[in-house]
Amino acid sequence: MSVKLTEEMLKALPDDRGHFGNYGGRFVSETLFDSLLQLEREYERLKNAPEFTERFDRDLADYVGRPSPLYFAERLTRETGGAQIWLKREDLNHTGAHKVNNTIGQALLAHFLGKPRVIAETGAGQHGVATATVAARLGLKCKVFMGSEDIKRQSLNVYRMKLLGAEVQSVDSGTKTLKDAMNEAMRDWVTNVDDTFYIIGTVAGPHPYPMLVRDFQSVIGRETRRQSLEKVGRLPDAIVACVGGGSNAMGIFYPFLGDEAVELYGVEAGGLGLATGQHAAPLSAGRPGVLHGNRTYLMEDDDGQISATHSISAGLDYPGVGPEHAWLKDIGRANYVSVTDDEALDAFRRLTLVEGIMPALESSHAVAYGVKLAGEMDKDQMVVINVSGRGDKDIHTIAERDGITI
Amino acid sequence: MSRIEATLSQLRRQGRKALIPYITAGDPQPGETVRIMQTLVAAGADIIELGVPFSDPMADGPVIQLACERALRHHVSLRNVLEMVREFRQQDTQTPIVLMGYLNPVEALGYETFAEMAADAGVDGVLTVDLPPEEADTLVPLLKARNLDVIFLLAPTTTDDRIRRISQHCSGYVYYVSLKGVTGSAQLDATEVAQKVAHIHEITALPVGVGFGIRDARSAGMIGRVSDGVIVGSVLVDTIARYQDKPEALHLALSDILRPMREALDELAS
Ligand SMILES: Cc1ncc(COP(=O)(O)O)c(C=O)c1O
Repeated sequence: MSVKLTEEMLKALPDDRGHFGNYGGRFVSETLFDSLLQLEREYERLKNAPEFTERFDRDLADYVGRPSPLYFAERLTRETGGAQIWLKREDLNHTGAHKVNNTIGQALLAHFLGKPRVIAETGAGQHGVATATVAARLGLKCKVFMGSEDIKRQSLNVYRMKLLGAEVQSVDSGTKTLKDAMNEAMRDWVTNVDDTFYIIGTVAGPHPYPMLVRDFQSVIGRETRRQSLEKVGRLPDAIVACVGGGSNAMGIFYPFLGDEAVELYGVEAGGLGLATGQHAAPLSAGRPGVLHGNRTYLMEDDDGQISATHSISAGLDYPGVGPEHAWLKDIGRANYVSVTDDEALDAFRRLTLVEGIMPALESSHAVAYGVKLAGEMDKDQMVVINVSGRGDKDIHTIAERDGITI
Repeated sequence: MSRIEATLSQLRRQGRKALIPYITAGDPQPGETVRIMQTLVAAGADIIELGVPFSDPMADGPVIQLACERALRHHVSLRNVLEMVREFRQQDTQTPIVLMGYLNPVEALGYETFAEMAADAGVDGVLTVDLPPEEADTLVPLLKARNLDVIFLLAPTTTDDRIRRISQHCSGYVYYVSLKGVTGSAQLDATEVAQKVAHIHEITALPVGVGFGIRDARSAGMIGRVSDGVIVGSVLVDTIARYQDKPEALHLALSDILRPMREALDELAS
């Protein structure tokens, strides 16, 4: 049920108020409004300026190690017995996930805006690490907000951020996870708006964040497109990516939106199963509302209070999702599906044993669905799974499941 | 003329300043809210800002965050808050009530239903913290059609262009956020506020209420001198937290905070 999106349609989104159809926008308190306008102006000025793009491209190449490989998972393909499975190896980036593509871009913006301090929210800690990393490199002061629940399950990344010179602020309010970290980061930003740049870690938040994070992450999709043509001689039949806030998915989807023959699958965290309510799958089981500066699909109760979410992976444990995904869902251009904790864990083990690649638990959701999908497709077809990050940070969670303490 | 306009223009004629307390509805108990509102009126409140609890109060500091959590433990919904207003109205037809909160509970109820129910319950104004005029094209006309005032925030970072534009959408009063920060912050700079409010007065004829950072008679007096009204929130909400298990003392404690503020404001008139 794909929709043909023309070049013009895609260029027109978001509109000048940051809307993707009914979604997106700029729902923030007045204190932040002018900063958002400034950021948008500066981004529009810089995004095609060589002084910005050349530095961004050079950093992605020499500091992040791009392009990341598009790898043919031959043994996994053979064992699955369906379409060819190719893995986009964002796990091989410096710091171990796609998050760094975006933090490089935003830290450069902070630099051009003359802000000496950056803040970030983080769930799995990958975005926090990626922010602390670029802050260290540019000599920016850095504070990362992280839910106390996530600090427990991602202790390795907490220590990494500290080693990188960042201050990690534990957030104890609400559900003590990513959404609350984001609330607290917004509060810090409102208080220190003069000298602080807020590096949002996903394609959510108020305009222009969903747009600029998408643009920075689109390098994933541009490379995938070129690599598919070079290595296979055609575009993939399907692309699969996990969706927390939606940045790795948006990054790999975006350059393919106009290619109607390429099916797009966003995989949300099904947690203990959609029927249990214990999940983090707003596109699959939520409804539209307003949170964190944008209108999008949310997990909420009948009164409009945001629900507690559950996922084994901290990076997907978020009740909202980027507004562009909400729009892609409504127009039918992308499919949104979910995978449970157990299915993701199985996929983690499978990829580790069969290909020697340990994916992050977030990415394991994409692997689980991608392998299932490939199994239902023909041998001459091709699926690309975005392996958004590596699984080292999750070893403790896996070990705990196995009853082992490390 | 709306109840808010009538109240503020009468105060202006008397050369007096508005005292506008904020509390979170349903805190500490849904059953207490109407009585607390009555206490605030008895202690000199001119308008009441009634907070609608929200799970993710991004613009609020810890004091009001905790108030939301206490209220939500009792599952206080926007519908419940409107019931409280209706109950208050049975005794008090004079004191304007402004609902203050975040957009999502209003989205969940539906704009039209909300506007209808709010007007029917006796609400006078609506202030939605995370709804700038740019996103309010649909909601504002629905509220205005029912004679509800729509109050917007101005901040230290608001440019002149935006002050002009926001004032055009705003009615009743504008709420000037006195500092960069969340509710409950303390670093109020009275000179800076005076300059900014004077500047806002040059741009718009709307009364200007100032909130954030007003905690006692002294700060109320300082800010009252340069504005049309003061909004007092966190210090009251903090008191509600401290006296949550002592309902009788709570009402006295709230009066003890508001009365000196009222006196400080009225001294400015004489
Ligand atoms: C490896 C990895 N993948 C995916 C995500 C989810 O974020 P997004 O949906 O924005 O890509 C995270 C978030 O922390 C992550 O660390």
